[in-house]
Amino acid sequence: MTPPLATVPLILTLTIDGQEVGAREGQTIFEVAKENNIPIPALCNLEGLPNLGACRLCVVEVKGARRLLPACATNVSEGMEVSTTNEKLQKYRKMVLELLFAERNHTCSVCVSNGRCELQGQAQAQGMDHVHVPYLFPKQLVDASHPKFVADHNRCILCQRCVRVCDEIEGAHTWDVMGRGINSKVITDMFEPWGLSESCTHCGKCVQVCPTGALFEKGKSVAEMVKKRQFLPYLNTMRKYHE
Amino acid sequence: MTLEELLALAKAEQEKKAKNAKSINVCVAAGCLSSRSDAVKTALSKELRAKGLEKTCQVKGVGCLGLCSMGPLAVTEPNGKFYQNLNEADAAEVVASLDTEPPARIKCDGEVAFFKRQKKIVLENSGMIDAEKIEEYIGTRGYEGLLRSITESNPQSVIEKITKSGLRGRGGGGYPTGLKWSTVAKANGSKKYVICNADEGDPGAFMDRSVLEGDPHRIIEGMAIAAYAVGASHGYIYVRAEYPLAVKRLKLAIKQAESKGLLGKNIGRTQFSFDIDIRLGAGAFVCGEETALIASIEGKRGQPTPRPPYPAEKGLWDCPTLINNVETFANISTIIRNGAEWFASIGTEKSKGTKVFALAGRVANTGLVEVPMGITLREIIFDIGGGIPDGKKFKAVQTGGPSGGCIPEQFLDMPVDYDSLAKVGSIMGSGGMIIMDETSCMVDVAKYFMEFCMTESCGKCVPCRVGTTQMHAILEKITTGVATPKDLELLEELCVFVRDMSLCGLGITSPNPVLSTLKYFKNEYTDHIEHKKCTAGVCHMKNPQGVLA
Repeated sequence: MTPPLATVPLILTLTIDGQEVGAREGQTIFEVAKENNIPIPALCNLEGLPNLGACRLCVVEVKGARRLLPACATNVSEGMEVSTTNEKLQKYRKMVLELLFAERNHTCSVCVSNGRCELQGQAQAQGMDHVHVPYLFPKQLVDASHPKFVADHNRCILCQRCVRVCDEIEGAHTWDVMGRGINSKVITDMFEPWGLSESCTHCGKCVQVCPTGALFEKGKSVAEMVKKRQFLPYLNTMRKYHE
Repeated sequence: MTLEELLALAKAEQEKKAKNAKSINVCVAAGCLSSRSDAVKTALSKELRAKGLEKTCQVKGVGCLGLCSMGPLAVTEPNGKFYQNLNEADAAEVVASLDTEPPARIKCDGEVAFFKRQKKIVLENSGMIDAEKIEEYIGTRGYEGLLRSITESNPQSVIEKITKSGLRGRGGGGYPTGLKWSTVAKANGSKKYVICNADEGDPGAFMDRSVLEGDPHRIIEGMAIAAYAVGASHGYIYVRAEYPLAVKRLKLAIKQAESKGLLGKNIGRTQFSFDIDIRLGAGAFVCGEETALIASIEGKRGQPTPRPPYPAEKGLWDCPTLINNVETFANISTIIRNGAEWFASIGTEKSKGTKVFALAGRVANTGLVEVPMGITLREIIFDIGGGIPDGKKFKAVQTGGPSGGCIPEQFLDMPVDYDSLAKVGSIMGSGGMIIMDETSCMVDVAKYFMEFCMTESCGKCVPCRVGTTQMHAILEKITTGVATPKDLELLEELCVFVRDMSLCGLGITSPNPVLSTLKYFKNEYTDHIEHKKCTAGVCHMKNPQGVLA
């Protein structure tokens, strides 16, 4: 028996950086690029979590499009011509990273994630050697009330991975965002100390997906925090299997 | 109610009006109400009763009359005499002068350019009808367009009519309305929604509020016609909670329309059903952005999501959704009634119809005006607006709120339409128009709008969240006289970066006030930076020339 027509995804071809690639309808540029080993930098995007399109690091140029588009949130289409890197994109990506470094207090040398941090890694990969916007030095809190984990808001880049993994995968929705603009902040429950949260299941998924040292396991010292994300591909495979 | 019943009711209403010939229409929109026009209205009714005139002359609370700076305002029918600056004690004089001329003290000249140069479509009933009575709206041929559309026309020809009229979205973007409607109509999905965006948030803008307060049924009718055209059965009006009067009148209007069978199940005794719910905004400017607005209606945090997919394809609860602004919907019923050709005859080649503007700032007549597209800025500011008060000199006009730009004097004779405004680095926007004279410092103005964008940024994407903060910090440095030429370079770099990289319209357009002032008033920036001097005398320099320099 053949399934109804609508459920058969169309096969498309497009070019990414001059390379012709095939894709299924409904895939994002980011996914297709990854399948073809074309690296696109990203911070908020993580395979297995729903797209957000917030960090803007994955912006690409699509021929004919009026604006730069986030690769993680843009679906491929037939004949699309994507370029993932050029001078302008490079410059803009560096600026995104500089703004992030200037936004809060990122001191790599004392960070549990030093050497394994995605923000640090992207800065190295993009060749960001210094920050030429003024540092904002905001006063941020450290929440160490949880028995197993610590939230250090000085290192948070508001990628909302914790929010998404807690809501979509764990189903607890302990994390959310409070406030607006530069005063935005991830919080647990109704802005209560994490340790007092009644919804938190102590699963630690938020800690494992956090790209920086903002969320980490207690007892870890400088450069000791290794994030374990094996559960994500496993869950993804299981989810696809059930579909 | 069927079309025949509606027409009969309209006729009865018109006859009643002709019989009860005289009326005093007192503005009870928020502007005049804040200067106690409700007390004036009560005093007038009392005075009429005392003189035994209540049978021949009635007092009506009506929508905005426009000249808000002179409120409370009133106008008499049928002879059209305007009164201004009324208070309770003036009631006797107003009633006494009903058949003669108003006393000079409270007379407002209705023959001046402010009233004569306007062309009213959206505001045609504002100041004429009582917003709280559906019969009065029906008396002005209200709901006729809706019932004619659903009984005598099909969705396709309704869309065709709107397309032909050349109407473009009045929320600011200027997207062709007919095209938007046909996209939603063609989208797959058995359930579709119509949303009215009444989350008016630009500083100084109150066009939508005035329409909602003065003529709520016009919006309901426009939405119902749109719903019929695109195949939707449910609608939402997303209105900001700071507009309590508009909310109250909308609620009442919805109830009245439902009881008359003009909204709800089987409208006009046909198969077409459409109902409307009201959702209140919680004070976030970004919720005027369509994807954030949808998230807010869904009960989520009001944050934008990347487009595409556009709401027309995947909007509210993933269903195809039509979102139009209040003013766009307000044009619909008149277009349906008077025809696309009539509407297309007004305005310019690419911008049809009229536009409502809220005049504010350094202009003699502040208030609400509706003008045909293509009118020049000079006509709006100097003829209708009465020019700059106190013998001061015009400097710039800001259109489009925090997303728009400042237009200098050399463009005053430019026609006001979407494309001309975009060409000079501003936008039409929703209709805020702030006029500035030589006492305004353009860097300070740019800082004000940047501060607005910074505090209203939702915080989701990095360029807008951190970029606006950094830009504001630089502007703060410039206006306090501690900036260096390097800061200006960084400011320009950040402007382009935030414009190109932000997720939604708020961030994309947030550098516009800076970019346009940099383009036309660069000398003011350099005065602040190099000479530590603010020519307008607005900014307080921390480091005046000669001291510590």
